[in-house]
Amino acid sequence: MSNEWPLWEVFIRTKGGLSHRHAGSVRAPDAELALRHARDTYTRRLEGVSLWVVPSAQIVASDPHQAGPLFEPAESKIYRHPTFYHVPDNVKHI
Amino acid sequence: MTTASSSAASRPDPALFDYLLRLGDDSLILAQRLSEWCGHAPMIEVDLSMSNVALDLVGQAMLFLDYAGQVEGKGRDGDKLAFHRDALRFRNCLLVEQPNGDFGQTMARQYLFSTWQRLLFQGLVKSTDAQIAGIAAKALKEIEYHADWSAEWVVRLGDGTPESRERMINGFAWMWRFVDELFQVDEIDAAVAKAGIGPARDSLRSDFDAALKSTFEAATLPLTPLPAAVLGGRKGHHSEHLGHILAEMQHLPRSYPGAVW
Repeated sequence: MSNEWPLWEVFIRTKGGLSHRHAGSVRAPDAELALRHARDTYTRRLEGVSLWVVPSAQIVASDPHQAGPLFEPAESKIYRHPTFYHVPDNVKHI
Repeated sequence: MTTASSSAASRPDPALFDYLLRLGDDSLILAQRLSEWCGHAPMIEVDLSMSNVALDLVGQAMLFLDYAGQVEGKGRDGDKLAFHRDALRFRNCLLVEQPNGDFGQTMARQYLFSTWQRLLFQGLVKSTDAQIAGIAAKALKEIEYHADWSAEWVVRLGDGTPESRERMINGFAWMWRFVDELFQVDEIDAAVAKAGIGPARDSLRSDFDAALKSTFEAATLPLTPLPAAVLGGRKGHHSEHLGHILAEMQHLPRSYPGAVW
């Protein structure tokens, strides 16, 4: 269909304090109906307390062909994980 | 009638029973109509929206019809009343049994019904009957969504393309004659209003007209004077459509009584 509605990405906050997480996408003619479609499609089973919709066209994505230069250099840098530090026994809540 | 909730089973109340049928049947028949869209809507998202609304309405119907069965005191529950009653015994308004037509016609029906239902239930949450007040409080949140959602569509179709606008106008043209019935007061409504069980139907009219005016202005649609009212649903005098709806809805439980999943 050439006159298909634009695509919107849907983000759901599952409960207070948590971040919004990507849930999927919907088609809708405008932002207000995109929110309603997101509600009707993705929160039918109590999945959320807050919704974001973002025009899919506004998402800037990394290039899958650039995955090597973008992500592989991090593989050899395990020292970036905080696992080499000694945590004193009396430090709690870590 | 004033102590309906506690004494329902021991002291059957015909007016309350009939009133509960009206509330339950409105939701039930509109739910059945909306369900006809399932798998046929213009977009999958809209399909889900309409099915969600239909399921909300089924839930309302179950609660009201179960309670009606208790009030009647003859051992009938919501399923019995929904599936083993003939058209003449249904008390829904004529609006809800009108055909889906196209999406514009369905939205015209939904908008008129939900806008009216919202006002009715805003009164019912203050009912002297605790059970009705409880059902209404739960349902009102659903209804507010239905009313806002259908109003969004009326505005978008009315203020959309020349074709969507024409379809919206035609949809309302079909439904107008069934609006007056929503506000008709007969002896049952008068008794119910007197007992504080439900709001006087005619008292909802000015708020309804104001809501319509505001939506129609946003939708740039002309508000035409209402044609002569068609009445009868509340007394069981239905259009030919209801028989077809019931034939489909009741076929299975009547052919296989007691069938379960």
